[in-house]
Amino acid sequence: MKVITANRLLNGDVVWLAENGSWVERIALAKVYDGKEAVAEALAEGLEAEKNQKVVGVYEMDVAVEDGVIVPVRLREKIRATGPTTHPELGKQAQAVSA
Amino acid sequence: MYRYDEFDASFVNQRTEQFKDQVRRRLAGELSEDEFKPLRLMNGLYLQLHAYMLRVAIPYGTLNGRQMRKLAHIARTYDQSYGHFTTRQNIQFNWPKLEDTPKILEELAEVEMHAIQTSGNCIRNVTADHFAGAAADEIADPRPYAEILRQWSSLHPEFSFLPRKFKIAITGAPNDRAAVQVHDIGLQLTRNDAGEIGFVVFVGGGLGRTPMIGRKVRDFLPEEDLLAYSEAILRVYNRYGRRDNKYKARIKILVHETGLEELKADIEAEFEKIRFGVLRLPDEEVRRIEAYFAPPPLEVGNATSDAVEARKASDAAFAQFVAHNLNPHRVPGYTSVTLSMKPIGGIPGDASDKQMDVIADLAEKYGHDEIRISHEQNVILPHVKLDDLPALFDQLVAAEIAEGNSGLITDIIACPGMDYCALATARSIPVAQRISERFGAAERQAEIGELKIKISGCINACGHHHVGHIGILGLEKKGEEFYQVTLGGSANENASIGEIVGRGFSSEEVVDAIEKLVDTYLGLRNGKEETFLEAYRRVGEDPFKEALYGAA
Repeated sequence: MKVITANRLLNGDVVWLAENGSWVERIALAKVYDGKEAVAEALAEGLEAEKNQKVVGVYEMDVAVEDGVIVPVRLREKIRATGPTTHPELGKQAQAVSA
Repeated sequence: MYRYDEFDASFVNQRTEQFKDQVRRRLAGELSEDEFKPLRLMNGLYLQLHAYMLRVAIPYGTLNGRQMRKLAHIARTYDQSYGHFTTRQNIQFNWPKLEDTPKILEELAEVEMHAIQTSGNCIRNVTADHFAGAAADEIADPRPYAEILRQWSSLHPEFSFLPRKFKIAITGAPNDRAAVQVHDIGLQLTRNDAGEIGFVVFVGGGLGRTPMIGRKVRDFLPEEDLLAYSEAILRVYNRYGRRDNKYKARIKILVHETGLEELKADIEAEFEKIRFGVLRLPDEEVRRIEAYFAPPPLEVGNATSDAVEARKASDAAFAQFVAHNLNPHRVPGYTSVTLSMKPIGGIPGDASDKQMDVIADLAEKYGHDEIRISHEQNVILPHVKLDDLPALFDQLVAAEIAEGNSGLITDIIACPGMDYCALATARSIPVAQRISERFGAAERQAEIGELKIKISGCINACGHHHVGHIGILGLEKKGEEFYQVTLGGSANENASIGEIVGRGFSSEEVVDAIEKLVDTYLGLRNGKEETFLEAYRRVGEDPFKEALYGAA
């Protein structure tokens, strides 16, 4: 299973592609894609958004869905989705909204 | 210190204006990311895991209070109230917004700062000994030469698109504190029999995925030939350096593949063509630049201070600080003080905006307004009166930058690692923090003595792990962080690349492994005066291997 991720062009925030081509700042709200075709289509949508100056650095990443919650597979993406482990007061982990 | 002339000021202002327009065009969709990326990198702006990152140049690691205060202001106004001093004597801000960066560059330009030559395949900011102009063992201040190289290299039309980045380091002392032998060009100031100043020249050093110690190409390069010879090296590299493979594009690979003698001949041949041309350094120009770096007026005093001795007797923390964080000054009565950016359990190289303000104040009050950043991620006040140490120390304690651990096991170099960096394969900082906590007791650190641990979060080796007495390289194995340990590296005048000791360790195991190495050293050293590195060089890796993995 995959989600599409990028950074917002203007402020660099980590975002994921969600329904209706919107980019969300919490991975919990991302849209999960399964199967090669669906992922390729979503990636193309992401790259289009890059052309339109919305985001930058679009790529697909592996996720698992555990008890209905989207969890990144790689540690790198876990850290991207939360913030630096060395600064719990910074990044998304500091914006205390439960998923 | 160096002051901009009209040319420098207009150059930096032009660059800022240019970048402002480039950002505007990017946001308006006139530039694609592919077009914009090399432009933003030329201005130090990277995209990292969580946000953009702006790397600001601190040429040869020298700045003053006003500049440090501006960095504090930028941290506070445009970032998350801290900055991170890097292993190239620069500072990184980890959370700037793209839309704010032109404004940040404008603010930097107000205090003669910029982000030029902090990224891209150009000649990067020249680094130098952080005790330059102050150290007792110095032959001459290396910074005038670093500044001359800066003026030559900034926007050098021939060298703006090199096969890969190019790093030059220079030291003015025989004790190399600038790691010159692991740079593309390493320069060590020396004097010939006639007493004239010149340089020992090393070429092709570097870390990264293929670590190499630089090869000596000149025992004595006369001062007047500095630029012509550097240009000759760069020309040979620019012409023959590999552009087909990013990982083989540094000059070290060219030296390795071509062979030293052939390459030296190529450099000398190129040099002969240009040595009497426009790049020949006129003596008066060197002396003119040197004047910018004239030391502050320092009154010769006593080699010891009663105030310091009295305080040492009554204050163990102060005694520890004095024992480890001072470097002998060429003027009796003065010393160079290392402010430790390595608090026990803290993040190596991080400074809050408040700490930066304090450093600026203290530099003005006690240090003739001079500040240095070391490649070991600490801050130095190079000219402090011995008698002022007790008062200075009290204010450092209040700012939490008074750990007496310079050169000790908790004075760890660590790259940002996977907590920030898009290239990283594992985290570095948390490992540094845990090691720091494990060995943080003052007596234990002092007992262990000089021990340099350096940690990188990927093979690009920004944390200099190859030249750590103990090096730690973070990798990813089956989705987990995994740490490879090397022993016996060194970045000083007797530089060496560390050897991998054996299979790596999980994140849980790695600190215990380091402790076993340290305990093994303590058990076999010939007394306290034999450092970890000396002991390792004497006995080899076997006892350490056995401690980690059991008898073979």
